[in-house]
Amino acid sequence: MFSDELARLSWDDTTAAIAAKTADDVERALRRPKPTVDDFMALISPAAEPYLEIMARLSRRYTEERFGRTVSLFIPLYLTNSCTNSCVYCGFHVANKMPRTILTPAEMEREYAAIKELGPFENLLLVTGENPAKAGVPYLAKALDLAKPHFSNLKIEVMPLATEEYAELRRHGMNGVICFQETYHRDNYKSYHPRGMKSNFEWRVNGFDRMGQAGVHSIGMGVLIGLEKEWRTDLTMMAYHLRYLQHHYWRTKYSVNFPRMCPAENGGFQPNCLMTDRELAQLTFAMRIFDHDVDISYSTRELPAFRDHMATLGVTTMSAGSRTEPGGYACYPEALEQFEVSDPRSVDEVVNALKTMGVEPVWKDWDSVFDKHLSDGR
Amino acid sequence: MSDLIIGGRTFRSRLFLGTGKFRSNREMAAAIAASGTEMVTVAMKRIETTNASDDMLVHVQRDGLQLLPNTSGVRDAEEAVFAAQLSREAFGTNFLKLEIHPDPRYLLPDSTETLRATEELVKLGFVVLPYCAADPTLCKRLAEAGAAAVMPLGAPIGTNLGLRTRDFLQIIIEQATVPVVVDAGIGAPSHAAEAMEMGADACLVNTAIAVAGQPAAMAAAFKQAVEAGRQAFEAVLPVQAANLRAEASSPLTAFLD
Repeated sequence: MFSDELARLSWDDTTAAIAAKTADDVERALRRPKPTVDDFMALISPAAEPYLEIMARLSRRYTEERFGRTVSLFIPLYLTNSCTNSCVYCGFHVANKMPRTILTPAEMEREYAAIKELGPFENLLLVTGENPAKAGVPYLAKALDLAKPHFSNLKIEVMPLATEEYAELRRHGMNGVICFQETYHRDNYKSYHPRGMKSNFEWRVNGFDRMGQAGVHSIGMGVLIGLEKEWRTDLTMMAYHLRYLQHHYWRTKYSVNFPRMCPAENGGFQPNCLMTDRELAQLTFAMRIFDHDVDISYSTRELPAFRDHMATLGVTTMSAGSRTEPGGYACYPEALEQFEVSDPRSVDEVVNALKTMGVEPVWKDWDSVFDKHLSDGR
Repeated sequence: MSDLIIGGRTFRSRLFLGTGKFRSNREMAAAIAASGTEMVTVAMKRIETTNASDDMLVHVQRDGLQLLPNTSGVRDAEEAVFAAQLSREAFGTNFLKLEIHPDPRYLLPDSTETLRATEELVKLGFVVLPYCAADPTLCKRLAEAGAAAVMPLGAPIGTNLGLRTRDFLQIIIEQATVPVVVDAGIGAPSHAAEAMEMGADACLVNTAIAVAGQPAAMAAAFKQAVEAGRQAFEAVLPVQAANLRAEASSPLTAFLD
């Protein structure tokens, strides 16, 4: 389990090592055909800032070699904002007095149909808060069953599940799981997630092993940038985690996300660090140079012009037309959003912008026929 | 240099020797001594397994030398399992180099049968080292099946062509969860050094030593090459030069300004 590996890594030593990186370290990392985590540390360090243009060129080259000039499009659907957790930074915090919605099967159908009106989406991400009693595995299975006729690739972003539960959802057509660790800082994790199921660090961080053991085909990872002041250290831990998972669960493909918080997002919680566009670009290029094959995903948290350019330089998956409130496409368009969308463009506008940048938007890159005949663990 | 552990046994030498093709068993024994090897393969088909004073066996049964009986000659998994059981009886070891090459011309391994036989032999308690194609996915499957190491080929057996499968060996080494022993095709000490510099855990050499002008002297040369290559790998090779110059015209990152 990754928690054992993580226990051997020192947060403070890693932070110091990143701060000590020099231009020589960066150049060595840029030249290495297969960069190590240590190289990744050099590439995200301040020492690499003067190399941003070279990094952009390398990142673009590796991305084009592996993915071509394409970006895969997906759309998220929030099934519920009901949540028993108390993440201090989240608008769906259990103590927030707000109307809670759990979409009924009939409402799901309406949402799926409304999404299909927005564009020929085939990649659907189903999102929930953590409420296992009312929106647990049977509920998700139902949502997958109903989505399956309309979408060829179904992913979920929900609370960490048990191995058998992931296997069960695979049998209902689930192809991938996205789960953000939020932070790899074990002690601080507790203060951001003081109560509820999510307060258990080990259960969350080892959830990725359980996904791998259940044979989940696609696993998405992420650190919530804004929680830890030393975001470079957090991302380095994620890089170790990625390598660990690739080594152990080699049949699975991986994606990474870099969600960054904005100041005063959802009122209360103030981020402990603010990442600039330049830093996010550097991080994205560094990840691509570190791993030529990993899928790099941007959400509509980012601004239109930034997304459009990054789609040519390393980003390979994007959401478009997103609503981050449950039932936001058809049933409850006025409900409270989880985060504020910074790219409010219509799907057509995003598609046209990508084409103008010389990038082909890809709607379908999977077929549900591949999710049939599943044997557990493979 | 770090030690190599296979099947619970520690090896200080990362050079394994094949024992075929020598002009005489005495010459073979001299080459084994000069190489410093601690593991030698023996073809079951060459040994009179009922004769304890078989001349070849006498020369390879020495203290500190792990015998690695091989199944050369078998053509499918069933034959390999049968041969392995005979070999365990005869040599008193669970170590087994699994070789299944139904093709008598190039002696190329049958991947399907090799994987099937590995699964079976691991269940029977063998320490299985399969000779296999330089196929990264196959090596993953062999490791999952419980192989103690994988032995991908550098080039067809006996060709002395060197690491023709270089790019695939690199991927195998990068992904490995068990030791990687580069087997077959290594024709010169420089080939062995290259494999070790890439991060291979060991090399198996036979023809290049056995048919050299002076086998014992060549064995000594391979010993040094394997040690040098391993030492270089552990010391972390410097990255070779590449052009990092940014092109001046229309910077890609101007949108960030």
